[in-house]
Order: sequence, then C-alpha cells, then structure tokens
Amino acid sequence: MQERIRSRAIALLESGACDRVLGWKAGEFFYDVTPAVFTTPEQVGKEFVWGPFCGANLSKYLIQESRKGGKVAAFLKPCDSYSFVQLLKEHRIWRENTYIVGVPCQGMCDIDAIRGQGFKGILSVTEEGEDLEVDTLYGCRAMPRREALAERCLCCKSRKIVLCDERLGPDGEENPNVRFEEVKRLEAMTPQQRYDFWRGELSRCIRCNACRNVCPACSCEKCVFDNPSSGAENKAAADSFEENLFHIIRAFHVAGRCTDCGECSRVCPQHIPLHLLNRKLIQDMNTLYGTYQAGADLDTRPPLVSYTPEDPEPSVVGTIGGRA
Amino acid sequence: MQRIGVFVCWCGSNIAATVDVERVAQTLAMEPGVVFSTDYQYMCSQAGQELIQNAIREQRLTGVVICSCSPRMHEATFRKTVEKAGLNPYLLEIANIREQCSWIHKDREAATQKAIILGRAAIAKVQLNTPLTAGQSPVTKRALVIGGGIAGIQTALDIADAGFPVDIVEKKPTIGGKMTQLDKTFPTLDCAACILTPKMVDAAQNENIEILSYAQVEKVQGFVGSFTVTIRKKARYVDETKCTGCGLCTEKCPQKKVPNEFNLGLDTRRAIYIPFAQAVPKVATIDPDYCSMLKSGKCGVCSRVCTAGAINYQQQDTLLQREYGAIVVATGFNPISLEKFDEFAYSQSLDVVSSLEFERLMNAAGPTGGTLLRPSDGTHPHTLVFVQCVGSRCDGGEKGKPYCSKICCMYTAKHAMLCREKYPDTEVYVFYIDVRTPGKNFDEFYRRAVEEYGVHYIKGMVGKVTPQDGKLKVQASDLLGGQQLHIDADMVVLAAAIEPDESARSLATMLTASMDTNDFFTEAHPKLRPVESPTAGIFLSGACQGPKDIPETVAQAGAAAAKVIGLLSRSHLTCNPCVARSDEAMCNGCSACEKVCPYGAITYVDKDFRGPNRTTLRRRVAQVNPAVCQGCGACTVACPSGAMDLQGFSNAQILAEVDAICK
Repeated sequence: MQERIRSRAIALLESGACDRVLGWKAGEFFYDVTPAVFTTPEQVGKEFVWGPFCGANLSKYLIQESRKGGKVAAFLKPCDSYSFVQLLKEHRIWRENTYIVGVPCQGMCDIDAIRGQGFKGILSVTEEGEDLEVDTLYGCRAMPRREALAERCLCCKSRKIVLCDERLGPDGEENPNVRFEEVKRLEAMTPQQRYDFWRGELSRCIRCNACRNVCPACSCEKCVFDNPSSGAENKAAADSFEENLFHIIRAFHVAGRCTDCGECSRVCPQHIPLHLLNRKLIQDMNTLYGTYQAGADLDTRPPLVSYTPEDPEPSVVGTIGGRA
Repeated sequence: MQRIGVFVCWCGSNIAATVDVERVAQTLAMEPGVVFSTDYQYMCSQAGQELIQNAIREQRLTGVVICSCSPRMHEATFRKTVEKAGLNPYLLEIANIREQCSWIHKDREAATQKAIILGRAAIAKVQLNTPLTAGQSPVTKRALVIGGGIAGIQTALDIADAGFPVDIVEKKPTIGGKMTQLDKTFPTLDCAACILTPKMVDAAQNENIEILSYAQVEKVQGFVGSFTVTIRKKARYVDETKCTGCGLCTEKCPQKKVPNEFNLGLDTRRAIYIPFAQAVPKVATIDPDYCSMLKSGKCGVCSRVCTAGAINYQQQDTLLQREYGAIVVATGFNPISLEKFDEFAYSQSLDVVSSLEFERLMNAAGPTGGTLLRPSDGTHPHTLVFVQCVGSRCDGGEKGKPYCSKICCMYTAKHAMLCREKYPDTEVYVFYIDVRTPGKNFDEFYRRAVEEYGVHYIKGMVGKVTPQDGKLKVQASDLLGGQQLHIDADMVVLAAAIEPDESARSLATMLTASMDTNDFFTEAHPKLRPVESPTAGIFLSGACQGPKDIPETVAQAGAAAAKVIGLLSRSHLTCNPCVARSDEAMCNGCSACEKVCPYGAITYVDKDFRGPNRTTLRRRVAQVNPAVCQGCGACTVACPSGAMDLQGFSNAQILAEVDAICK
C-alpha cells in the first residue's frame, strides 16, 4: 500500500494537479510517524510513510494548508475523513483548494499494545498479512496484527470514507455502537467511584495542551484558554483538580462537533483516556436528541445548535444525562 | 479611574424594614471605585431622582448603582434620570434588593448581608459597563390576530376601526369560536348568536380586516415592529372566491356519517360541509378524512352539483408570508376531556353530557332543534343533575386542573334556569363546592335560579353515577344536610374544566411568549400589564391568558387592541442597544451562532486579516445586525471561541459579578 500511495502522490505532484501533498513521514522513532507536507516527487519517494503507525489525523492541518494558495492533496483515513467533513461544515477548510485521496484502513497499531505482549528492545515492526513481524534486539517474532491495535481502532465506529475525490480501495462499513461499551462501564460506577476514577486519571495531567492542539474540533482562531480577555485562562485554582477541569470544559466545547477520532488520547503523554469524556457526551446526545454522528455529512444540524419543540426539557436532560 | 455612586433605596418600609439600608450604603462606600454612597426613602420619587442627578453632577460620577426594586420595575425610570444628568443611560446598574432580598427574607442581619453582596456585584459589573447608544427600527403598520373567536374578532374590529389593517388567522373553517356553540348568555339570557353573528359579519365586511380561515401560523420570525409570519392556508378543496355558500353540495354529498364537531358529535354532517348557517366565510369545506373522492378517487358528486364550479380536488395547502408590527394571541379554550372522570359514567352513558353538549341540546340550531331530549332514547328528561367543578380545583394529580374555571357556576345556573323555565315539570339539582358569582348582576342571577326557578342547589359532590335500567343512579353527599343522597336522574350534566387550546403551547414556542404551568399565556404584569405578553409586540386577548367569561373577554380584547393601536401609531421604535457583537479577530466563522440565532440577525463576510510574517489570511467572520438582534445571548453561549459577546451583559461583566458575590 505504501508504494501505491507514494506513486499516487508523485503522480499528483508531477501532473501539476496539486502543489503540495499532505501525508506522513517517519519521526524520531519508527512508531512516532508524523504528519508532513511534501512539495516534490523526490521528497515523496524518499520520505512518505504509510504503515501501522500512521494514526495521526491529518484533517486539522488542512485548515492552514487549504488557505495557502495552490492546491493541496491530502491522504485521509476513514476517521480523518469524518473530521474533514466536520471542519468543512464549520467553514474552516476551503474545499476548492483540497484534493482528497481516501485510504482504506485496517486499524492503526499502538506500540504500547505490542510492548504489552512482552516484546522488549523493539527495532522495527512490519506488516506481514494478518500478522506483524516484530524485530527486537533479541530476535524476530510475529504476533497477530489485531492484538496490536489501538483501543480506538478495536472499537472503530466506521471504516467508511465520508467524502473524497478518489479512494485507494473499497469502502468499509459503519459499526457505531461497539465504542459505547466502555462508557457503560463508567456509567455502572457509583458517582463516588466515577469521581475517584476521573480524579485519579486527570491528576496525571501536566497541561501540555497536546490533546487540544491535536484535536480537529479544537481549532479556534484563538482558544479561550489562551485569551486573557476571556477571564478563563488564568483563574486562580483553589485546588489542583480545578485545573484538571480544563478537560471537562474542553469536552463541552467540542460536544456535538467531536467525531470521536480519539486523537486526544493517542497523543496524551500521560495516557489519560480523554476520549471517554467525549464519548459519554456523544452517547448522551444520541439518547436525548436522536443518533447523530459529527462529520458524517455536510447538511444535518448538530443537535446542540438546533431546536425542535420535541427537544427534552432541561429537567429530563438532567435525569437522563446523569443516569447512574 | 471610575467614580461610582451608590444609591440605596428604602422603598418606604418595603426594603428598610428588613435590610439595614444605612449599613448597606456605608459598607458599599468602601468598595473600590465608589466615591459616593447614600440611602434615601424613595429613590424613584422626584426628590430621589434629583438626589441622584445632583450627585452625578457634583461628584462627576462615571457609573451609578441603585440598590432598589427589580429592574423590571424602574430600570427605565432611572435610565432617564441619569441621562438627564448627562450620563449615558447604560452606565447604570440596578441591584435588586427588594424582590430578591427584603421581600423574601425575614432575618434582618442575613438580608442586610445579602443586600451588600448584591450591591457589590452591581458595582463590579458597572466598572466594566460601556456607554451604549440605542438605534431605531421601523414599525410595520399591520397586525395579526391569531384565533377568530369573540376575543379575536373584537380585537380585530377595534384595530381596524383605528385605521390599521389586520389579519385574523382561524384554524377552523369559520370564525366565531366557542360562542357560536352557545345558546343563551348569562346574566342577561340574550341569544349568543344574535349578538355574535353581526360582529362576524362586521369583521368580514370591514375593509381593513382580512379573514384567513382554515389556516394556521406555521412560523414566526422577527421582533416587535417587524414580525415575519408564515401562515399555512389548509386546502379546503373548494375555491373560496367561487363558492357562493348555497349549500347544495352539503345536501347531495353521499357521505352522511361524519360526526359533526359543531354539535360535538351529537349528530352527523356530510364530508363536504358548512359548519353552521351563519358561518363566516360562508364557504363549503371538504373533510379529507371522509371524502371518498379524495380518499379513493371515486364519487365527485359535489363537483357535479356545484353550479359555481368551486370544487377543486387538486387544491394544495398554500403558504403565505406576511409582515406584521404586532401579534395578538386569541387562541381561546376547550373543555377538558372527560375520559378520566369515569365515576360520572361519561363514557358509559349517552345521557351523561358535558355542559357544552348540553348547550347544543338546548340550542334551536342544535341536533334536537332546541327541544331537550335524552341523547340515548330521545325521550324527555324529568330529573337532571348538574355536577360543578368537574376537573376544576383539583389538587395536584393528573386528573384535573388546579384552577377554578370561572365560568361554570354561571353557565350551570343558566342551564338550570332555562331547564326549569322551558320544562316546569323537571326537577333540577346542582351539586357544588362553592357557588362563585363575582360579576355585575351575577349573584342576582344565581339567586333567581334558586329563589324564582326552584333549582335545588346542594353543597356537596357527586361520588358516583351508575347507569341502570335507563336511569342514572346518582350517589352524592349533601354536606349541609349531613346526608347521603340517591337520585334517579334522567340526565347528568358535567361542568367540565376549561383548558387552553392545544395549539397554544407550540404557538408560545414560535412567539417566544411565556406560559404558566397550565399552558395559559403569561401577562407582562399580572395587574399593571394584563394584556401584554412579556415578549415585546405580543398581546393577549381572551381565555388564552386565563379562564374568562364573554364580557371580560370582550373588555380584554378591546384593551389588547388599544395596546396594538398605540404600537402601530408610532413611526419607529427605539432598539435595545444591549445586542450581540462579534470580535472578528477571534471569530472562526463556524456558523454555530447563526444556527442558534432565533432572529436571523447573523450573517457572514470574508475578510482579510494580517497573519504572521506580513501574510494576509482571508477568514469568514460573523456580523450581527443590531437592528434585528434582540440581545437574547444564545449566540454567546454557542460560540466555541468566545468571539460573540453581549453588550451590556458581557461574559467579563457576568464573571465580575460572580467573582464579587463569591469573594
């Protein structure tokens, strides 16, 4: 697949159809593949990477790239395409300056999941059909690819590419409900257990803002947390947990716009399962206002900014939203 | 540096009895920015206002905080006061220490502390106030009346007489409302039709009135002075301009088994019908639920007999869009469903009827031609039992309404009296909790029923009605006589509670007009502004605001018309300057604000912004039309980046208030 993508990217650049290509290149380690913009066929040939660690969602980069003049080709995975459509819906990406190539995805791997299988001193990981060849300092061994998948890919909501100009392979299927299993686990807790759970998780936060910076929904020109006149950026916190409420505010800010791409949790250096906050809100909105998937189309109105007389009253929202 | 003046009002003893006003003034004098602080007996009086104006001039105040009653009461008064002294009226803040403090607390110390905190919040806010200037908006000189009952008709006639065009939207095929179904009216016993139908004709003939019958309001946009209303005119399958109302079609239509809603289902009509002889407009309507031509394409009799060629089976609903300066709600009432009151055997026996059904049974144009006959067997009833308060004055519970329906005592007295007058051989019993007759000549009327007509009024409620052998066994208690009664009645008449029309709630949503828990529209002030809704430009007429009899309805209808005329006579309205504003530097152009704006006040433009390294970035940014924005603040909440803010109620001001309270 990497060769197919590379040759397509080179063709797009050589034909002049596009001026730039948005894709991935190797990072410091083989598993921290990084988004990159390529301008020449040579660069693409040498550096463009496609593999089990191309988890990064490229859509957010199109906000800037689509405004730079000229045309940019972007290779988007199914989950990236949801973010792309959501950003189009919010008028953030200039569609006419983009050319989207949809790339089918079998789920991305998580290096920690591989390490969890007992591998030490990992040198490289290569795909061999349904398996992964893991080369380590102590020799080479294979493992099933499925067992190395990231959590968000194990419960992938959709393998469908929502919008693209061409696709490199067949479209996948939607499976929107498996992902709520973990939310149900949280809901089964008592309020005190849940509070303790989140307090424990969020206490590790170092406010590096990685979750915010990677999030395609968090794409405000100026974030309220960076804006002195919002009065929210430098409020004295009475205790450190108040600082952690940043994540809850963020979850509310992206509610109805979050496509559940899971990037927040992927980039968190402290391994906080931040996506669960968003997923809980998605589930509640589905219950209260009918099933809605952000980024699934260009036309529907997000539930939180539309009104129908049938909308539940606030008292009902309180009861259902706070259910066990 | 701010120079803030604080003025604490005693409101006579209203505030001063519970709040130590002197201490409030002294404490607030210590707040940062405050250079003057005092208390006075009545700030709203001439002397009080002069005190404020003198302080503004002498102390060169830059902001004023008045600790007094609710801003709903006197904000406008005090804004004028400070404006006369040369201060921008929006540099005034009111701390409500009456409704939100002295009136609801008993403990003087706690109330004083709370008054200080409320004052502190207002001071914190006024520090951030900016001078605002109000714009002006035009007034569309046309009114809309929703509902064509006696309330709507009277309001429309009065507005039209003042020279303004007015449209009546009525959902039924004819105007007239409930009053058309009544026989006689209390307390004079004059015929309802005789006094109503001339008004209906007046409305139809008035050149300033347009009647949109068989129509419903679909959508309301805009604000006081310029509402845009979408009205759905339902297809009646008859061309109104051609139909002469001859009624031939309604005689020839083979579909005879349609329950006649005008007679509450006590008889039948045809699938094509004119509700009653005096209907306005007198035009036939096809009932699509029963017409075989519309349902299966077979029949077409009406089309063949119509000499005017008015029948059009292809007719579709049409949507009209019109501009109005004011809207009057006159949606009226309905009796409640009696299905939950099975103890009275309403659904078991045809001879247990509601009062409105009884009204039809007594009416010369009713199903029995005005002869009182039992619906079950058409025989003459001898013993009649009237039960009052069926569903009215029920404590809590799902079954009934907590309020008094107000009209039942009087119409029951009327029914009882008419019964005895027409049929002296009848025995008439009325069971009541109280007899309520506050109204001109009302008590005299009730006493006539008892004293002259010999109606048996019994204090107590009916416990159970059992149909048995063609009779209705009525079990009841006589509270004054202290005994159980068993009456074998021929008919039982239930005075059902009345409730607002079912269309009221969705209409209130469209109009953003508030309602109480019973779905009656709320007035702007229960005593001082009884015919205005709190939403500017929306007025209330008749029973949609609360149970009312005809004289009260007509009086309120006239009052609502007077308010509308006052509004439409103005050349322009002063806008509220507390409107939303978008900070273009922060705006993402995401359209969230536009989606939630109920007034359509937000548009977008592409603008060039300077980026880093001398680059230019073109961005889509929101712009607010201040003449259309009503300052509801929905956009400020929806905006993810905080670019939308409400002038006069900015996020920073609200946070400052919260901080001051939590300090």
